[in-house]
Amino acid sequence: MYNFDFEKPSTVADAVTALASEDALALGGGQTLIPTIKQRLAAPSKLVSLSGISEMQGVSASGGSLHIGGATIHADVAADSHYPALSALAGNIGDPAVRNRGTIGGSLANNDPSSDYPAAALASGATINTNARSIAADDFFQGIFETALDEGEIITSVDFPVPDAACYKKFEQPASRFALVGVFVAKTAGGVRVAVTGASEEGVHRWTAAEDALNANFSADALDGLSVSSENLIGDLHGTPEYRAHLVKVLTARSVSDC
Amino acid sequence: MSSITMTVNGKTVSGEVEGRTLLSQFLRDDLKLTGTHIGCDTSQCGSCTVHVNGNAIKGCTMLAVEADGADVRTIEGMANDDGSLGIIQAAFQEHHGLQCGFCTPGMVMAAADLLEHNANPSEVEIRKHLSGNICRCTGYHNIIKSIQAAAAQLG
Repeated sequence: MYNFDFEKPSTVADAVTALASEDALALGGGQTLIPTIKQRLAAPSKLVSLSGISEMQGVSASGGSLHIGGATIHADVAADSHYPALSALAGNIGDPAVRNRGTIGGSLANNDPSSDYPAAALASGATINTNARSIAADDFFQGIFETALDEGEIITSVDFPVPDAACYKKFEQPASRFALVGVFVAKTAGGVRVAVTGASEEGVHRWTAAEDALNANFSADALDGLSVSSENLIGDLHGTPEYRAHLVKVLTARSVSDC
Repeated sequence: MSSITMTVNGKTVSGEVEGRTLLSQFLRDDLKLTGTHIGCDTSQCGSCTVHVNGNAIKGCTMLAVEADGADVRTIEGMANDDGSLGIIQAAFQEHHGLQCGFCTPGMVMAAADLLEHNANPSEVEIRKHLSGNICRCTGYHNIIKSIQAAAAQLG
């Protein structure tokens, strides 16, 4: 690992200032970033830790919505009881040691094509709040490892409207425990939303045909007539695009059944 | 270089570290606490598991500067004050919970983390909690037995 400077500000404003340096990067829990730097796939001049900013910590519920600080670790989301499907998802990310360091803001900002939180944010219709603005999840995810975030912009919190019913099912790649495919189904006041992670070359996305069918009839049977195209789906040694397409439908049905 | 101070196994320690110094390196190279093992150094095997402020983390995937001010516990802190094996360590010995022993410090620290948060875990809960700890000897069954025995004794 090449060396870098390190700063640990205690306010968002100081973190924004510290990130203005050329090639500075924000450090959440580091569960992706530190291995990436070790492999020399990233060589920041400076890491700005977000773990010392108290206003970015913690989970609170009010008015049917869950507010999660951007630096909140997965274990703390898993321990919360207000949005059970989200807590179950958080409690199944990686392994216990990863959940004690990794943060929701880090996960969303990284937008790994196989990570869990993007599916929850997109299906729930979450709002991602930064130091500069609020971004709807529908506008936030812009392809694999790509988001609407600007250089140096920090996810300070995420607001999840708690759905009437929701469920996340993932088929784990057995070695990494990342989602080979994961499907988050949320039944919200504005309709059913289905978000798929792990499957597409374009990253997390909604399966609108399933949403339409489930809006008419919220049952696994409603999906019977649908098929998922394998076009643009990921193919690797763990699964072909056709296999992933199959998993999308199976996992959506299981999510609906367990909602 | 940054000056850092933390509590490790009840003792206050200080050191000078670079930004890139990992907690596992600081423990092993600066403090000479070589019980914390580095198996893969890629966040996968869990041999470097230590506790920071009461929770298990991977020492190879946390910067030492991030542990400034923290309360850290390593495998060296698991023995009794007189140097005899602690309950979890003794259970591993009694139930043959180790073969080559390389993963054992991480296994013991993961087990301690589990038992501190869940005093009476089911076998499924134990296996799930060890999902980030790999034993290359594949001695998992006796590791589970060791942790069940330790839970019974601690309970």
